[in-house]
Amino acid sequence: MLATASQRILGQSFQNIRPAVSVLRSYSSAAKQITVRDALNSALDEEMSADPKVFLMGEEVGEYQGAYKITKGLLEKYGPERVLDTPITEAGFTGIGVGAAYYGLKPVVEFMTFNFSMQAIDHIINSAAKSNYMSAGQISVPIVFRGPNGAAAGVGAQHSQCYASWYASCPGLKVLSPYNSEDARGLLKAAIRDPDPVVFLENELLYGESFSVSDEVLDSSFCLPIGKAKIEREGKDVTITAFSKMVGYALKAAEMLEKDGIYAEVINLRSIRPLDRSTINASVRKTNRLITVEEGFPQHGVGAEICASVVEESFAYLDAPVERIAGADVPMPYAANLERLAVPQIEDIVRAAKRACYRSVPLAATA
Amino acid sequence: MSTAFSAANFSTQSFPLNHTSTTTHDSPLVFAKPTSQFLRSTPKLRLSSFSKLNLSRRSGTVVAVSDVVKQKKSKSTPTLLITKEEGLELYEDMVLGRAFEDMCAQMYYRGKMFGFVHLYNGQEAVSTGFIKLLKQQDSVVSTYRDHVHALSKGVPARAVMSELFGKTTGCCRGQGGSMHMFSREHNLLGGFAFIGEGIPIATGAAFTSKYKREVLKEADCDHVTLAFFGDGTCNNGQFFECLNMASLWKLPIVFVVENNLWAIGMSHLRATSDPQIYKKGPAFGMPGIHVDGMDVLKVREVAKEAIGRARRGEGPTLVECETYRFRGHSLADPDELRDPAEKAHYAARDPITALKKYLTENNLASESELKAIDKKIDEVVEDAVEFADESPVPPRSQLLENVFADPKGFGIGSDGRYRCEDPKFTQGTAHV
Repeated sequence: MLATASQRILGQSFQNIRPAVSVLRSYSSAAKQITVRDALNSALDEEMSADPKVFLMGEEVGEYQGAYKITKGLLEKYGPERVLDTPITEAGFTGIGVGAAYYGLKPVVEFMTFNFSMQAIDHIINSAAKSNYMSAGQISVPIVFRGPNGAAAGVGAQHSQCYASWYASCPGLKVLSPYNSEDARGLLKAAIRDPDPVVFLENELLYGESFSVSDEVLDSSFCLPIGKAKIEREGKDVTITAFSKMVGYALKAAEMLEKDGIYAEVINLRSIRPLDRSTINASVRKTNRLITVEEGFPQHGVGAEICASVVEESFAYLDAPVERIAGADVPMPYAANLERLAVPQIEDIVRAAKRACYRSVPLAATA
Repeated sequence: MSTAFSAANFSTQSFPLNHTSTTTHDSPLVFAKPTSQFLRSTPKLRLSSFSKLNLSRRSGTVVAVSDVVKQKKSKSTPTLLITKEEGLELYEDMVLGRAFEDMCAQMYYRGKMFGFVHLYNGQEAVSTGFIKLLKQQDSVVSTYRDHVHALSKGVPARAVMSELFGKTTGCCRGQGGSMHMFSREHNLLGGFAFIGEGIPIATGAAFTSKYKREVLKEADCDHVTLAFFGDGTCNNGQFFECLNMASLWKLPIVFVVENNLWAIGMSHLRATSDPQIYKKGPAFGMPGIHVDGMDVLKVREVAKEAIGRARRGEGPTLVECETYRFRGHSLADPDELRDPAEKAHYAARDPITALKKYLTENNLASESELKAIDKKIDEVVEDAVEFADESPVPPRSQLLENVFADPKGFGIGSDGRYRCEDPKFTQGTAHV
């Protein structure tokens, strides 16, 4: 219930935001609406038909059409040799995927949620991420690990963790996190074509969201570069970085801030590793204030890395301490009201932005 | 189909090599449930397209070989399992493994090698017996005790020694080390430090072989994968997960258990509820074979069947080789927990001595020929050490290389170049 309510709110807000954004960026005029789910499905479909070495494996990806219906219709189209329903053995089938990737096949391994990837994390890090280095370039691993990441609605502590910072701290992995349909399509296609292991962090609550996309996005050769962030909304007063679902919240917050005369620049990170430090720093040099937003735990999170990067490179440009908005430092509670408190809300972002804008002397951020 | 696997006959015949009564298991090849029942249900699981290719082939040759061997035995002429060339090849490979590992120990104590080094002395029969039957395109996945697997597979001794010294001429340019030997050319897929980690990788490689044949239509792709691992690994979850999936999808893989009875100081018997590992195969629908791993000829015969089975598409096999490591777990292990009597028992069954005896007693080779091989191998190993000594250490720039296959992070375009180097990068589909 929480999910659908917030989805409706977000959905409506997107209708308002889209025209504003399209004025600033030159999209082609014909705008079609597709859900993130359809975007991912079409990306998988196109990449599988383009390259016979691409295959899917995961739990329930075949006959069940995907636990979240992302792989709907692919079993019928490509057959059971290319869409593999696996037993419930994350460690085993992830390792099998990595072994197949050693030989140049391009597996797309689905984790039902990234929480389950912890059972296979040895293969993601030790067998996939480190292999190109350990073998001195002989063995590259063109594999994609994808699945929903982060908090859903009322699913409890063991199904709600965000793994962006864990994976992003490991050299040898590329970590992507799309927000809208364009991101989903472009980044997934780039990930499948990339010769290195990619961790692709989706978000369950965004699957059903519709976004407008231009014809260019729907083209089968559309691809987004890995390692480049996107400025979703330009502004001059404060920079807000976010990824995945939090981009929507940040955009909504930016709208609310605009009414108070604060023009926020919203950066959609898209790529957590490699992090687009140049875009972030350029933006901070322009606005002089930074808020990082993420859903995961605060300690050693993505925001901490962005803050360190900005302090290292653009310290003289900062007019206020960097604010980190992150999930609460607790395992996710189940009760709906507590869950709402444990995840950043739009009001949190707005308050933080105002704090950043009105503070002219660097003060220690209190709890 | 699996019941035609006739290795059962081997245990009843007495081989000229070692009369080992230590294999006290009653019937090593009892298949708990006939696997044919399992296999017949697979079409319902929509795997018919996978198994379609090979359902018509029967493993009749297996029975034939053992029958022929049996008949020959009754003629009271000694049955030779190998030709002279094969015998010398096996001997040379085992001696290379032994000499190399002994040299590693020396170099370690002189400080030229460092970190974790795990030596393979005593287990050479398994490596030689299996790997010498493979083609170049077949793959081998190993554990941290991988020097001799690398040598048997064809990686030059120089490259392995340099890798151990951490020099840039090593097979992984010094970046892998003792536990991470990789060779794309020889299809050696590592070299893994975590036990059980290599088993899913090997299963994936076998999956690729099948995929290439079925989906990519490379009709002659019959590459087999061998996964080597130890007794301790057989208690690990990934082992069972892969037995299941390999059998489910009939993958061309052989799971080779090098049961040397010891983890570091933990005896296999203290760690395992049922220490007879080969029995775990039939539980997953594949044959489980036990073989004397100190006898290279026995290992080779079993390996022929298992690899042949995999190549024909009949699915995986679990082979448990009872073997022993003469040294400690690693060079840092003082090896105090093992009973000296046990060590002496297995030292008497040294596979190299046994093969030497077989070759000379059956007039396949003379003492002088074998001595010449010994000398040749000594020279090879000395040369490898010299080469490694003289090789340069990696340059500082090598530190940051090879983290990614595509370091620029923008992806490689359809023309094979980095997309960001394409002058049209900011136009067209590369939307920034």
